[in-house]
Amino acid sequence: MPYRYLDDIATADVAFEATGATLEELFASAAEAATNVMVEEPERVERKKKVDVSLKNEDADMLLFDFLGELIYYKDAKKLLLLVEGIRITEGADGYSLEATLSGEELDPKRHPLGADVKAVTLHRFSLTRTNEGWRATAILDI
Amino acid sequence: MAQPSALKRVSDTIWELPRSYKAGMLVPARVFGTEKLIREMDDGVFEQVSNVACLPGIVDYAFCMPDGHWGYGFPIGGVAAMDPEKGVISPGGIGFDINCGMRLVRTSLTYEEVRPRLKELVDAMFYRIPSGVGSTGLVRLSHDEFRQVVEEGSKWCLKKGYAWSEDLKFTEEQGCFKGAKASKVSQRAIERGFDQVGTLGSGNHYCEIQVARPENVFDEALAASYGFTIPNQVAVMFHCGSRGFGHQVATDYLQLFLKVMEKKYGIKALDRELACAPFNSEEGQAYFAAMKCAANMAFVNRQVILHMLRQVFSEVFGRSPEELGMSMVYDVTHNTAKLEKHLVKGKARELLVHRKGATRAYGPGMEGLPPEYMEAGQPVIIGGSMETGSYLLAGLPTGGKAFYTTAHGSGRTMSRHQAKKMYRGTKLQHDMEERGIYVRSVTWGGLAEEAGAAYKEIDEVVKATELAGLSKRVLRLTPIGNIKG
Repeated sequence: MPYRYLDDIATADVAFEATGATLEELFASAAEAATNVMVEEPERVERKKKVDVSLKNEDADMLLFDFLGELIYYKDAKKLLLLVEGIRITEGADGYSLEATLSGEELDPKRHPLGADVKAVTLHRFSLTRTNEGWRATAILDI
Repeated sequence: MAQPSALKRVSDTIWELPRSYKAGMLVPARVFGTEKLIREMDDGVFEQVSNVACLPGIVDYAFCMPDGHWGYGFPIGGVAAMDPEKGVISPGGIGFDINCGMRLVRTSLTYEEVRPRLKELVDAMFYRIPSGVGSTGLVRLSHDEFRQVVEEGSKWCLKKGYAWSEDLKFTEEQGCFKGAKASKVSQRAIERGFDQVGTLGSGNHYCEIQVARPENVFDEALAASYGFTIPNQVAVMFHCGSRGFGHQVATDYLQLFLKVMEKKYGIKALDRELACAPFNSEEGQAYFAAMKCAANMAFVNRQVILHMLRQVFSEVFGRSPEELGMSMVYDVTHNTAKLEKHLVKGKARELLVHRKGATRAYGPGMEGLPPEYMEAGQPVIIGGSMETGSYLLAGLPTGGKAFYTTAHGSGRTMSRHQAKKMYRGTKLQHDMEERGIYVRSVTWGGLAEEAGAAYKEIDEVVKATELAGLSKRVLRLTPIGNIKG
């Protein structure tokens, strides 16, 4: 899952860049980047519980914004650490639709070394662009 | 960092960008700071404070405080007062962590009495006060009870035995933003926050035991007004906000305002994080009422944490919190918008004052202060890094030049990632212990991120506020114990 944290953009918070050959891959990378802020070693998150998510937005970038917001919502409301199990994004006349299955488990500080609590996804320098290789997104999470 | 060439020095501590700096500026922008602080400020501050100066209905100036750094929409340290009839309300001028704030509690204990029990005390605080990602509070509430909590604020705590009646008097707005409507808050926000009452959070949120050393008392009379009369008196300061609840309220309305701002109201903002709506509109009023709920949640959060602190001190020292003199000095908010009366060009006007990462600092005699502080002015609590120290200041009569607002903290200069690369949490804890500061954190990485060197010099920040006439130093507090999320 290609993503990297950008050091010099967000002094008080965390910025990341995620890439993907397809929009779906990019969304999955971005989800892992966000989860990895909250816990170290996201690969240790066991896929015990499943959550289905459906989203629509006129714009692809705001769809990603909403999607990352879902992860933060589930972290607080259900204490769930989630990663992408399956995801499909389609473009229609009224914008973009996303159908995703997220999977993961309840946060357990004994097994998941904690990182920083993510308060919100911000729109500061938030971008989603097409590249020669596929897609690239930059996001800053408020810590 | 390069300051814009258009930045003009107005006085030793006031720097101005004229309206000609950027197309669309309705008022000039003013940044407070010493030459050193201005020189070190990031470019984002000037970019963002001049964007704020373009918001419809802004009055007088767009301000940034001496601890300013770039934020989302507004810079951190940004202050903007809007005409309530013609102006806008913007979540970007308040922040995601609505009513993130500081509370200071004094004790009648001295450092000599606390030192032998320090570790026991900090450990007990660490185990009692939940912190870190996903932590939940000990107060169990249904969604409906939570809705009542966010409408009532600290009054609810008083009914439930989590507050002394004097606590409310020493809380900004008496611990309740009136007009909070839970009906304007989404179910998602309720779900994110209903079980987080009494939790510290993470990031730069902390709870710290501090000492007021005699050599660090700058004004004995004011210190005495705020209850600091004993040499080496111990106090507890903590910083936290409205947790997931407030973050969701901010996110919900940011999304709503983006949809209606241009299409419905024809407002163009220079940055999506400056999404706004007319204050006097359905959406603007809904956000104002929801924001007040989040502000009240933060008051309740800090009040319940104070209740737990009193329990911990009482258990460790075997005396009641009353006997230990655990009275509140004050509770200040950082991220809010409020309707306040101010003089503009000699005329009294009601304004919607946005303060983001900035502290209200009312001068002596101002309406809204408790009788005990009428003469001294409002206590201002400015938190520094966990290694360097914090300040208690007082509001001044000269604060009107910035709608009675001052700085809120020291402000970061180093990214979290960089700090983690430079410091190791375990070593930092050890080094700090050798210097007499015992610290506990949920994460080692989180501890390293908060290393003192990652922050601006707080001494310079508070000096700038004093030189600018925004707030006056009363005493400096030295950390001895700290818990972090």
